[in-house]
Amino acid sequence: MDIYLLEAVINGILLGGVLALLALGLNLIFGVIDVVWIAYAELVMFGMYAVYWLTNVYGWPVLLACAAAILFVALLGVLVHLLIIEPILGSAPINQLLATGGLLFFLQSLATLLFGTDFRNLGIRLPIIEIGDIFISFSRLLAFIVALLGASALYLFLSRTFLGTAIRAVAQDREIMGLMGVDQRRIYLITSAIGGGLAGLAACLLMLQYDVHPFIGLTFGPITFMICVLGGLGNMIGGFVAAFIISQIIAISGYYVSIEASYVLAFVVFIALILVRPQGILGK
Amino acid sequence: MLSLTDISAGYGSFQALFGVSLEVKLGEAVGVIGPNGAGKTTLMRVISGLLPAKGGAFSFEGRALTTLPAHRIVAAGIAHVPENRRLFARLTVEENLRMGAFLPSARRHFAERLAWIYELFPRLKERRRQLAGTMSGGEQQMCAIGRALMSKPQILLMDEPSAGLAPLVVDQVFDLVRRIRAEGFTVLIVEQNVQQVLEVVDRAYLLESGHIKLSGGAAELARNDDIRRAYIGI
Repeated sequence: MDIYLLEAVINGILLGGVLALLALGLNLIFGVIDVVWIAYAELVMFGMYAVYWLTNVYGWPVLLACAAAILFVALLGVLVHLLIIEPILGSAPINQLLATGGLLFFLQSLATLLFGTDFRNLGIRLPIIEIGDIFISFSRLLAFIVALLGASALYLFLSRTFLGTAIRAVAQDREIMGLMGVDQRRIYLITSAIGGGLAGLAACLLMLQYDVHPFIGLTFGPITFMICVLGGLGNMIGGFVAAFIISQIIAISGYYVSIEASYVLAFVVFIALILVRPQGILGK
Repeated sequence: MLSLTDISAGYGSFQALFGVSLEVKLGEAVGVIGPNGAGKTTLMRVISGLLPAKGGAFSFEGRALTTLPAHRIVAAGIAHVPENRRLFARLTVEENLRMGAFLPSARRHFAERLAWIYELFPRLKERRRQLAGTMSGGEQQMCAIGRALMSKPQILLMDEPSAGLAPLVVDQVFDLVRRIRAEGFTVLIVEQNVQQVLEVVDRAYLLESGHIKLSGGAAELARNDDIRRAYIGI
């Protein structure tokens, strides 16, 4: 097998991990609260700035800065729910979409105002791992492993705990949760915090590999949304699988054609698959 | 114990209940019978807090509950087995039971309650890892009752437990109701299956078009000519 193709495939898998993490967060919010946070990637962007600011300006150790950034974005998630989603929970989906879409532009502009349009990075260069003739970036490998650990932790939480079971139950029958003694509002707030926390974790992992700037959300937002739809919106396992399909398409076509064309191809495959299965690959 | 005074309720401009008063005493089994659309389910939804009452008041053990949300009413000791069972179809039987024990007070006793429910309904133990939606109607009803009992309520509200089940299974469901009574639970049950429900309750109320038309002992109502003609078909 072509060694460069193999390298592309491995990089695709590594990219898929972080995308899967983003898709999990977005799907969790949609499945439980029934709203789409269009501005999800903008929350990630603020998390990336938090990591940058805490490490490079205030000199915090990276791990501590990452933990703080995760908490910070989790708090942002709670605020998004309290200030934007909760007042319009009962209104038409298009209004909710417009409201979180408005938040996207607001956050982009706010970031531009606060941080300017400079590209910023941590200035950390992690080593490149060499296995035979294959080169793998350590930061990508690390991001992949941590993303999988994050996804596993979420899985255990949702399947093993009372609260996690309640979160899955709300997605199936909202109305009768009260009869179980569950305060639906509390579940929504906790879910928003977890969704935000996942965005914060993704922010830490992306910060290892990318520069942050106010429009970085556009790099990940649309593709995360596409992955969720491809997997069946609200279907966490579907989104997880779709993340790896999309990342492989990007990686392999990036190798054969070019990186720019690979995103175009990913969208073409997405459109074709959605024509065949409008409910998503694992949708009902 | 449970006391409703002059309750009215409805959906939007549609009024379903007009000044309903009703009482259930400790240890009693009370039935609410009546035709489709009489407001029986609305009555249950008001008591469990799913639907706010528009007028009147109700209390439980002397505590006013009229304005409490559903999750606080369960905490007060009232559990509701809703119409059509409403299990979480894509959760397993055991996960459904876990949801019934969500309240902190129930969570602390989860293991012993689970053992008790499995003893009461051995079938649920056999099926504990099965998705609730894949079970038969009777088994689902069993699971719905078990889920409500997990909070160890002082009173159990049952809304049409026999609806949509085959005649043989309906008999089994009424057996379940008898067993729950034998366990010492106070029960308020809404049913269209008038003949069978009058065999398991002490007293009953006849609800028609949102008004209580008649009330009395079960045996007395079962002998009432109007009820026999309209609901028992003799």
